[in-house]
Amino acid sequence: MTWSEVAELLWQGLRETTWMVGFSTVLTAIGGLLVGVLLTLTERGGLLPLRPVNALLGLVVNVGRSLPFIILLVAVIPFTRAVVGTTIGTTAAIVPLTIGAIPFYARLVETAIHEVPADVVAAATAMGATRRQIVGKVLLREARPGLVAGLTVTVIALVGYSAMAGVVGGGGLGDLAIRYGYQRFETEVMIATVGVLVVFVQLIQTLGDVLVRRLYHR
Amino acid sequence: MIQIEGLRKVYRARRREVVAVDGVDLAVRDGEIFGVLGQSGAGKSTLLRCVNLLERPDAGTVVVGGVELTGLSGGRLRAARRRIGMVHQHFALLASRTAAGNVAVPLEITGVPRAARARRVAELLDLVGLAGHADAYPAQLSGGQKQRVGIARALAADPQVLLSDEATSALDPQTTGSILELLRDLNRRLGLTILLITHEMDVVKRICHSAAVMRDGRFAESGPIADLLRRPGSELAGGLFPLSGAAPDPEDPVLDLTLSGAVADQPLISQLARRFDADVRILDGTVQELAATRAGRLRITVRGDAGPVAGWLREQGVLVTEVVR
Ligand SMILES: Nc1ncnc2c1ncn2[C@@H]1O[C@H](COP(=O)(O)OP(=O)(O)O)[C@@H](O)[C@H]1O
Ligand SMILES: [Mg+2]
Repeated sequence: MTWSEVAELLWQGLRETTWMVGFSTVLTAIGGLLVGVLLTLTERGGLLPLRPVNALLGLVVNVGRSLPFIILLVAVIPFTRAVVGTTIGTTAAIVPLTIGAIPFYARLVETAIHEVPADVVAAATAMGATRRQIVGKVLLREARPGLVAGLTVTVIALVGYSAMAGVVGGGGLGDLAIRYGYQRFETEVMIATVGVLVVFVQLIQTLGDVLVRRLYHR
Repeated sequence: MIQIEGLRKVYRARRREVVAVDGVDLAVRDGEIFGVLGQSGAGKSTLLRCVNLLERPDAGTVVVGGVELTGLSGGRLRAARRRIGMVHQHFALLASRTAAGNVAVPLEITGVPRAARARRVAELLDLVGLAGHADAYPAQLSGGQKQRVGIARALAADPQVLLSDEATSALDPQTTGSILELLRDLNRRLGLTILLITHEMDVVKRICHSAAVMRDGRFAESGPIADLLRRPGSELAGGLFPLSGAAPDPEDPVLDLTLSGAVADQPLISQLARRFDADVRILDGTVQELAATRAGRLRITVRGDAGPVAGWLREQGVLVTEVVR
């Protein structure tokens, strides 16, 4: 294989990874925030304590988190077909990636919101704020650095998961490394792919760090 | 302005019960500064949090500005809370917002339009002496400045009442002084009624008109400070003006004098000496300008019979108690 062929492969893998990870990140951010906020609202001593809802949600999240991704990938195939009409390809991979990452991010959201001091929430309550105002103006806003840091970790985990998504024909850099490096013993291609992955992850981390630093006022 | 009757609050945790507030009656008049003094764990914070229903009392009623808060919930409770400002020991500011942003929060909550909000915020920051720090984040401000932001925020929605939970306890003495001065100034200029809790005698001395001493969830005594000082055995008097020292001659009687109001300015000791041709020694004492009244306590010893001396002092309006060894 010539270097230009390798470059072509890498470029395609990078595009696929970016698409898979990018799209599932957007969905994960929305879903994870929703679930994370619900978890904190419904817990004991929360703004809207609902024991059964909290217990059920916690259970679903824990199941999602304990399932090995490769099993989840296969388990959600029927659901994937219902949503995107196919079970193979890059777009189909987005479904299991999102389902796998939402519980992960939801827990990080929960932790970030718990970091907001109780007296700040009490202060907002004392001002006559509604629950919705407390969530928007206090909890989510004050937790922003933690929410972004958590999302950074999640995106990088998604990059890792996306390698396994190659199993359902998702493509991407991870899949490339497995196919060429592991199955065909084309060590150079594998090393080049891993190199691109490292740079990719590094970029995400740096971007996340810069954002967190900008949001952090302590 | 605030009437509390029969207030009781019990915390239940793992089959253990803590009676934090155990039957408190309290009346704060319009435009006064009322201080609740007590040691840590006395139930002061719980009492204060019951006033705006951050904690729902187990029994009793809370009326603020004629509205019974204990009878409200939902939107009507939120509306009532907007008329009550609160200042917190650890400031409770939003770290992600500037000083101006923090002061704007109550205005956003009540839906004040942006332009009016900006004007009001500028006005409030000016009022608390932080006009130049509008764009500073809490992390960039000193403790005293943070508390000024907290006070400006508490005043933003034009409250009738300010609740203060140990507003100066996290501050150094000098900053404490300036924050107390600000509170007194706001009380005078805006006629703001303030209910504050503290464990510092000095706070009561410097700004309170009335006070209560709280212990184990109850008020040991309560009322206008001038009245409390005239009451024999007052804990507040003992706390504000602690006296110590014994007579050089153990045979001589020792008297503790509590002076409150006009009598505190009389040349009592020299009159005493002239009238009785007595040997009077001062063992301990102070006379100070309090927020409520000029007052003080003295411990004296008199050679010989103390009876006539004590009698004359009582005629002058001095509270006299003989110290028994
Ligand atoms: N949320 C709570 N849960 C259980 N016990 C509490 C809670 N808040 C306060 N207490 C208890 O109630 C008592 C009074 O506390 P607090 O009102 O904070 O007193 P103070 O402000 O005078 O120090 C203490 O014994 C404290 O441990
Ligand atoms: Mg307290």
